[in-house]
Amino acid sequence: MDQNIDEFKPTANQPVNYQALLKGLQDLYPMIQVLDKDGKVVEEDLVPDLSDEQLIKLMEKMVFTRCLYEETMTFSKQGRLGFYAPTLGQEASKMASAMVIDKEDWLYGAYRDIPQLISHGATIAQGFNWSRGHVHGGSYGSQGEVKAMVPQIIIGAQIIQACGNALGQKLNGEKQVTFTYIGDGGTSQGDFYEGLNFAGCYQVPLVVIVQNNGYAISTPRKLATRAQTLAQKAAAAGIPSVQVDGMDPLATYIVTKQARDWAAAGKGPVLIETMTNRMGPHSTAGDDPSRYRDKTSFEYWKERDPLKRFRNYLSERDLWSHEHEEQIKKEYVKEIEREMEEAESQPDMTIAESLEWMYADPPAHILEQIEKYQEKGV
Amino acid sequence: MSNNLTMIKAITQALDQEMEKDNQVLLFGEDIGKNGGVFRATESLQEKYGKDRVSDTPLAESAIGGLGIGLAVQGFRPVLEIQYFSFVYEVMDSIAGQMARQRYRTGGQIDMPIVVRAATGGGVYAAEMHADSLEGLMAQSPGLKVVMPSTAYDAKGLLTAAMRDDDPVIFLEHMKLYRSFYEDVPFEQYEIELGKANVSRPGRDITIIAYGAMARTALQAAEELQAEGIDAEVIDLRTIAPIDLETLITSVEKTGHVVVVQEAQRQAGIGHQIISELSQRAILFLEAPPYLVASPDTIYPFGLIEDEWLPASHDIVDAAIKTLEF
Repeated sequence: MDQNIDEFKPTANQPVNYQALLKGLQDLYPMIQVLDKDGKVVEEDLVPDLSDEQLIKLMEKMVFTRCLYEETMTFSKQGRLGFYAPTLGQEASKMASAMVIDKEDWLYGAYRDIPQLISHGATIAQGFNWSRGHVHGGSYGSQGEVKAMVPQIIIGAQIIQACGNALGQKLNGEKQVTFTYIGDGGTSQGDFYEGLNFAGCYQVPLVVIVQNNGYAISTPRKLATRAQTLAQKAAAAGIPSVQVDGMDPLATYIVTKQARDWAAAGKGPVLIETMTNRMGPHSTAGDDPSRYRDKTSFEYWKERDPLKRFRNYLSERDLWSHEHEEQIKKEYVKEIEREMEEAESQPDMTIAESLEWMYADPPAHILEQIEKYQEKGV
Repeated sequence: MSNNLTMIKAITQALDQEMEKDNQVLLFGEDIGKNGGVFRATESLQEKYGKDRVSDTPLAESAIGGLGIGLAVQGFRPVLEIQYFSFVYEVMDSIAGQMARQRYRTGGQIDMPIVVRAATGGGVYAAEMHADSLEGLMAQSPGLKVVMPSTAYDAKGLLTAAMRDDDPVIFLEHMKLYRSFYEDVPFEQYEIELGKANVSRPGRDITIIAYGAMARTALQAAEELQAEGIDAEVIDLRTIAPIDLETLITSVEKTGHVVVVQEAQRQAGIGHQIISELSQRAILFLEAPPYLVASPDTIYPFGLIEDEWLPASHDIVDAAIKTLEF
């Protein structure tokens, strides 16, 4: 029998208490935190088992992401980048989760996920060229040399595609998983719910990371849903989920690690909501957060800066110094500038060659247009 | 070995034989498993190939499309069923926004060997929002191929070719044709090349270009014209994106007169594209303006006026005579 009403036991013989039901689910989704905002350990049992080298590496990845933010803001002002989505404030949410992603795992990110894409093997120049609108930015190898999809623009589309990718991995008998990222705004989109529902039905090895950075462009999270947490949205699809302090790299790391272990063990998908903040604009295309955010909110989140927090934690353990940070920042800035030049030095694209990217075997009308544009020399 | 099949059975046979041959072919869609699809195109395939390869999805078209993209990235060749093509608006992004784009945005590095099958057209008094002719929306999207068979033989050969194609193919099956005839179809697998039209009736006096169910109505019109002493050539496009202009031009150069027929509404359709291309490429051979036979520009109509709304063979005959008498 497909559905049996006797499985649903009648309980209290009293009217439904809608008021009580409204009170909510947040108690079921306590936020996981390991370090407080000053870098003090608040949950000793949850401190991940990372070596000193790994801890330093994680901090370096976050410092790199901060440098990438600063440099890309400059490049944007100089007109050297196209649409770009700044990542200030989201360094822990991005890099502590990305550190868990295995090289053979697949990544389906969105436009704000260039740092994770680079962490996963794409070059910085490719990240830039994706923004600049050059095909080099999406060419990660026909043999899946970098196991990543080109960053998604249509909000939510990555979730349903990542679900298909993870199903493919499962059918191929692989032990790898698929990671996908979305923002708080994206959890309003139909594809988000459809993707979670499919992922639950097919029990695919998928980790969905919702980076709740507080805003869908200008619309605050509170206006976007009556749900108290975004994590609880997974419950409707029968998917386990967790909310984590996304400004805390150790909490983000341990939660993501557990999620990956769960998915890789064939137990199905997981959703993680990282509580983070987009401290810069939505994009470099003219967004001005002062139109919709008050100053105190910037100050509030600045105190919770993931770099400050982790710097304190590492310094207390003699794993980090101001000098080291200044030294690597210089190196990163140099590297990023070199990669910008590398991006800019890619050969110009032509309409003729772009026509060849339309079909495996160009049909007659495409061949005709290739010839036409070749003659025009573009 | 030959077998006498309806179009739907020819489609089932094409799916069955290709699944047997290539285990990367997977079928996903609503009610396609035990139920065999609402039109029974996938009848008994789940029993034969298992639930991993023939899978009932939850009811969400957009996710069916997205699922196919991810599976294609993992090396599979998904065949997705959208129950009625009138529901395509729910999966427009996955098809036109995403599948069509992946090869381009990776500089040709990614194949998207996906077939999207769906029942299309009308004339069967289907429920509201179940019948429509939305192939033009697909044909307008670069990166897609759009195929519409009109015979059992074509359906099998075109679908087999579609499943072996490395680009997304939208395969539109006219629901009125599913069970309205039996035809001899080779049992062995064969391919009909995508992008090539078929001269389904050679003739000297006028070229009638049609596709899908209208390709059959056009043949009927040609018979009626024959009674009037007019020898019409009928071309069945088979593939509406890309359009086989070469075959069309060759025919027009011979006949000098053209009628294009589409079941879709008149505005902004395939017919206009054909007439525009022929006007640019073969104007000196045209002895009269090309005529377009199409449906009126209303929403796909209420069931009780469907018969009056759809183009009929006498509409094609009238247009043919008009252009010949111009």
